[in-house]
Amino acid sequence: MLQIRPSKGWVPLKLGELWEYRELLYFLTWRDIQVRYKQTLLGVAWAIIQPFFTMVVFSLFFGRLAKIPSDGIPYPLFSYAALVPWTFFANGLTQSANSLVGNANLIQKVFFPRMVIPLSAILSGVVDFLAAFLMLVGMLVFFRIAPTGNIVWLPLFFLLALVTALGVGLWLTALNVQYRDVRYIVPFIVQFWMFASPIAYPATLLPAAWRTVYGLNPMVGVVEGFRWALLGTHTAPGPLIGASALMAVVILISGAFYFRRMERTFADVV
Amino acid sequence: MWCKAWMSEFAIKVTGLGKTYARAARCRPYRTLRDSLTAAAGWPVRWTQRLVGHKEPAPNTSNIFCALTDVSFDVKWGEVVGVIGRNGAGKSTLLKILSRITEPSTGAADIYGRVGGLLEVGSGFHGELSGRENIYLQGAILGMRRREVRRKFDEIVAFAEVDEFIDTPVKHYSSGMYLRLAFAVAAHMESDILLVDEILAVGDAAFQKKCLGKMTAVAERGRTVLFVSHNLGVLANLCSRAILLSHGQKLADGPAPAVIQRYLQEGLDQSGERVWETPATAPGSDIARLHSVRIISNGQTTAEVAIDQPVQIEIAFWNLRPGSQLSTSIHLLDKLGVEVLASANFPSASLAPDPWFGKPYPAGLFKAVCTLPANFLNDGLYSLNVLVLNRVRVQEVFARDAIRFSVHETGAMRAEFGGRWIGVVRPRLAWHTSHAGEQPRP
Repeated sequence: MLQIRPSKGWVPLKLGELWEYRELLYFLTWRDIQVRYKQTLLGVAWAIIQPFFTMVVFSLFFGRLAKIPSDGIPYPLFSYAALVPWTFFANGLTQSANSLVGNANLIQKVFFPRMVIPLSAILSGVVDFLAAFLMLVGMLVFFRIAPTGNIVWLPLFFLLALVTALGVGLWLTALNVQYRDVRYIVPFIVQFWMFASPIAYPATLLPAAWRTVYGLNPMVGVVEGFRWALLGTHTAPGPLIGASALMAVVILISGAFYFRRMERTFADVV
Repeated sequence: MWCKAWMSEFAIKVTGLGKTYARAARCRPYRTLRDSLTAAAGWPVRWTQRLVGHKEPAPNTSNIFCALTDVSFDVKWGEVVGVIGRNGAGKSTLLKILSRITEPSTGAADIYGRVGGLLEVGSGFHGELSGRENIYLQGAILGMRRREVRRKFDEIVAFAEVDEFIDTPVKHYSSGMYLRLAFAVAAHMESDILLVDEILAVGDAAFQKKCLGKMTAVAERGRTVLFVSHNLGVLANLCSRAILLSHGQKLADGPAPAVIQRYLQEGLDQSGERVWETPATAPGSDIARLHSVRIISNGQTTAEVAIDQPVQIEIAFWNLRPGSQLSTSIHLLDKLGVEVLASANFPSASLAPDPWFGKPYPAGLFKAVCTLPANFLNDGLYSLNVLVLNRVRVQEVFARDAIRFSVHETGAMRAEFGGRWIGVVRPRLAWHTSHAGEQPRP
């Protein structure tokens, strides 16, 4: 039996209902992937072009001209290894923030757990991530750097990136329905966040004492983790990763609850 | 389905359902950060006021819009119930609450089965995907399992008549094919309770008939259906029971013919004039908005028209964007929702060219008058949809059921025959009989 009642304040997450609609999540993700590169000339190559050319620019200005250290790794590889998870995160934020507004007609016409929409927006970025990651493998071969055994931990760092993207994505999505200002803020957030994360520079630039605090930015853990697992840098996982993981989980859970709280107004205000 | 019958006699139980919107929020649905910051800045003041015992100011009731007020009803298993009412009566809000798209503000609704919704079909379609892909996608959106869709796939394709194009992106479909496919998916969903909003307004006559057949089949199989439509003819055919909503309240509930009769009589005490005082609340877009619709007969504004008098329909609308090339159009429907005619002030469609047609309109108020000849309509109730178009093609205003009027007998065409003239129109036509030959010899 289905009971429809007005709800107030914080509401349960109803993850069971979300699980019921897993096929919808699958189809919406699949739709986003199918549609994204239709009628584009370069297709999925765009997924590589974006981080690759950023890497070229970074290598030129930060690596060559500003001579920013890179933990003894060739600078292009050093920055690209960070740009691959970063691009996934940044695109995930942008895509999910606009996802509900973009699917307004669906929200006003059919019921389903609304969380499916930002989730699928982020999950559809996994394909782009894989394409960009393939390029990273190519670069490892080119620079003749063999990954260490730490590489088995890589999926975990990707999971950390996913959790962070989901958490922040849920916050921004729910806020964007209510406040259209978010659309204009997202590009700034992405830009500031990038400079606040060790994409163009190593975390070792900071004094050791501050690194755990720095890790409260979950993307620090992701980026340093990727470099550690793939390139064998010396920022071994420790309190920094722990702080990142903890923060990512906090953002995800709070984001999910905030999203659920706002969910009941979506169909009326979107 | 039948196994559920013993659990409860009812399929749907609605008690005291209400939904309010903040009126300000209707004009601008989303808040901006600035609004919230200003509200937040005032918070310490309100908080201290509350501490010292000040009452919070009561929410301004004039800013609250009640879409639905204290509506209660039960639907038994296998009942087919029609919901009728004018635009804005709360029909769609009711269906949206029952299908969980939006939450009620007060009251409760219990639903004892799987709900399927046919609310404006096709909203989940994506133009870049093929018909086949869209069937699966739409199925998932409606909550169908992949297995269920696969099992019904051929049936869906056959029903929609799109076999040859099933692997073509739907953006290349004609609008008819698109709607047929969308309806087909939704109609093949297995659900205990079906909520239907206005779908039969889509497609050509043949397809509408097919949809109607499908709906009847569904109803005959003992599924419970809640059906919202403006087409009273269809509603009377399909539903055994009807609920009449007016201004968000339940006005009548009972056997369909009686409720429909009541609804039709509601329309009679109209003044023959409908005015939207402020452009903001009038139907339309940022290019054109309706101002008023008036029925004029014998020089007077009236909703009661004599059958042997011409009827003038005066449509006043605002042009808000200088330079738009507006034209006006009407749909005339009879009391059962059957289209009697459509007309527009296009040069090829009017008796004399309209001086403003094709000209760039300056901003301001415009009045278009269309005259229906005397001795043309039959007696009975008629309803008018009003459209304002930009450059002939773009609908800027579409006001469904904008106004109603009734046509009365005056004794015209009654000298010989006193019975019912059948038909939606009752024109005087040219008759001439001649003696064509001798009677054949036996």
